[in-house]
Amino acid sequence: MAINWQAYENPGFHDELIDSDGQVRPPARELLNYLDSLSTDEIHERQHAADLAILEMGITFTVYSEGENIDRSWPYDIIPRIIAAATWQQVDAGLRQRVAALNRFIADIYAEQAVIADGIFPRALLENSVNFRKECMGVHPPQGVWAHVCGSDLIRDHEGRFLVLEDNLRVPSGVSYMMENRVMTKRVFGELFENTSIQPVGDYPTKLFDMLAALSPRPMDYPEVVVLTPGIYNSAYFEHSFLAQHMGAELVEGSDLVVGSDDCVYMRTIDGPRRVDVIYRRIDDLFLDPECFRKDSALGVPGLMRAWRKGNVGLANAPGAGVADDKVVYAFVPDFIRYYLGEEPILPNVPTYRCDLDDERAYVLDHLDELVVKPANESGGYGMLMGPTATKKDRKHFARLIKGEPRNYIAQPLIRLSTVPTVVDGGVEPRHVDLRPFVLQSDEMYVTPGGLTRVALRRGSTVVNSSQGGGSKDTWIVEG
Amino acid sequence: MLSRVAERVYWMGRYLERAESMARLVNAHSNEVMDLPLNMRDSWRGLANITGASGAFAGHYKNYDERNVVKFLLADTFNPGSILTSVRAARENVRTTRELMPTEAWADMNRLYLYVHDHVQKSLARRHRFEFLHTVIFRCQQISGLLAGTMSHDSAYDFVRLGQSLERADMTTRIVDSAVAVLMPREDIAEDYANVLWVHVLKSLSGYQMYRQHIHPRVVGHDVVRFLLQDRLFPRSVDHNIAVAEACMQALPRNEATLRRVGRLQRRINEAEPRDMRMDDLHEYIDVLQTGIGDIHKQLTGTWFRLDPDALPQEA
Repeated sequence: MAINWQAYENPGFHDELIDSDGQVRPPARELLNYLDSLSTDEIHERQHAADLAILEMGITFTVYSEGENIDRSWPYDIIPRIIAAATWQQVDAGLRQRVAALNRFIADIYAEQAVIADGIFPRALLENSVNFRKECMGVHPPQGVWAHVCGSDLIRDHEGRFLVLEDNLRVPSGVSYMMENRVMTKRVFGELFENTSIQPVGDYPTKLFDMLAALSPRPMDYPEVVVLTPGIYNSAYFEHSFLAQHMGAELVEGSDLVVGSDDCVYMRTIDGPRRVDVIYRRIDDLFLDPECFRKDSALGVPGLMRAWRKGNVGLANAPGAGVADDKVVYAFVPDFIRYYLGEEPILPNVPTYRCDLDDERAYVLDHLDELVVKPANESGGYGMLMGPTATKKDRKHFARLIKGEPRNYIAQPLIRLSTVPTVVDGGVEPRHVDLRPFVLQSDEMYVTPGGLTRVALRRGSTVVNSSQGGGSKDTWIVEG
Repeated sequence: MLSRVAERVYWMGRYLERAESMARLVNAHSNEVMDLPLNMRDSWRGLANITGASGAFAGHYKNYDERNVVKFLLADTFNPGSILTSVRAARENVRTTRELMPTEAWADMNRLYLYVHDHVQKSLARRHRFEFLHTVIFRCQQISGLLAGTMSHDSAYDFVRLGQSLERADMTTRIVDSAVAVLMPREDIAEDYANVLWVHVLKSLSGYQMYRQHIHPRVVGHDVVRFLLQDRLFPRSVDHNIAVAEACMQALPRNEATLRRVGRLQRRINEAEPRDMRMDDLHEYIDVLQTGIGDIHKQLTGTWFRLDPDALPQEA
């Protein structure tokens, strides 16, 4: 039996492939026709074959739980999410605008701080920011760019409008899975690629290398670019290894690098020391350099900050870029776009209440049962309160947390996230999704066509994090 | 090539070889022990001490009986030379250098580990032991063959081979020494029994057949020693493996200091005349060889795996 689309309903939400009348949206027509030609059993067979391939190819992520690191297979749903190219053009433009403004803001914060002097951004917020690095004041990285790789999380509301949920400017991950998902979909639905014009995602490693090469203190065709990983036990180690391999760059750990008395960075090779030009670091700021930040960091490289400040090595993302990766700063991004670029924001924010403001905090505390409360500096969906589904005890607990450290919390209304048909035990049902596109910036800018779609696999859930039972989908930007 | 990565593939080669050598050794010993005279049956003790882990053994067991020693050499994770420990370490080294190894090698290594992990307890009994050891030897050979046949013979491959050949040379000296340890206090032992022991040594190194083809059909102690230490053609002899290691080093950068160490050891190998040696001379001589192998290991570790701070460019 084929999928019964009549029974596929999801009132009150925007489904990205099926409209509210149960009709297929135009860009998804080819896919739906194809799915209709398959029985439910055949769809499950293909899902099963994909799961098996992922296991054999060793596409994994690592979860840390109960004191152990476990390598899990990457969860992938075979039904792609489809977005019309015309819709995507707007998102693309909105992301470029947003990342440009964010980079202007970071550069300003570490230089003259005009944004504070002009009364756009309160100094008190900066002083309380855990991601502000005073060690970076006065540094001028190449092209004035600090956040070279940005992964912004986008959602679509009940009307299908794209909203920005957060910007990840420290060490955003997921791009390798975006590419692997496409490889998988080509295997599962190869026939569909013949008749549909789907924008390719496979040249990301080339774009990443070009972006990194532009940060080299020694301009040349192939500067020595390395990927710096915390090691095999990191949750994103698969991705670090994947990107290094696909860029043809060395995958290094902190102990592989050493800073000489000439303040240049070298890696330890069997030929002796070799100069490193650019480091794509996948280690948090505080672990980068024990001379400068955490003294106990065994992951970092003593003297690295010295080398970077002197301009002898490129670092992506630049240390301190996370100052704009903060859910309180997030609330100001639309203002930054107006202030630095003189433009109106193309992509709106989700309305955000700042708990450090008395009246907004009072509103949040009164409406905890309607709001989602997030800590300003956590990622991975940890430490959140989902007001409408939380217990009374949890809400009380969060009320205490907010009153204790108001600067550390923001609250947002619960957005009714859009859905996409997803393979489940009984057949195909709607499941909530978000989207993480990746934006690269150095001398040029690049936005991935689509990005990584994450899907909450439990019915009704909006928690998409893979560490908490989320899955993923291939994302198609389709012409016409 | 990164020093850390070179070090990992080198150890991968060593551990893979260690697992295979141990499987061969236990296999031969299990077969031969019945032929030994009763007063030499405590040879299980000698076997347990071959890898130099007697401390670890004594910490966990009282008796050097077959059950304890076999468990110690095959399954015990507190023994750094057991098959399970070696296979696990080899796998861990491949896992962290996956970006450079052929994908099949990782899959095979993983399968070898899972096999050992799942079957080792059951294999302690004689009934299952031989099939288990045979499978371990076969799969180790399979991985070596796969690397030889599908991996570019670049520096990474040189380091794998370097690890394998040094480990193999070291193991051969240990096995010869184990026989010397049995015979040393019994210089007056009947020649027949001594010869049984030397046959056993040859079989432990899969060298019985090649010895008879290339030396002569009669097994004589000093000829066996010469064959296992000095024969250029036999692939488990010390001389052969040092020559393989030398060839690998020739292809690596900054190799002078390590090659000098190799030359020194080769002179010690060539200059010895086993025929003129008594057992205690032989024991001392094997010590010299082991020290020489250890010196090569130390030198190559210093040269290729640790960066000399003086090698960094100085302030401009």
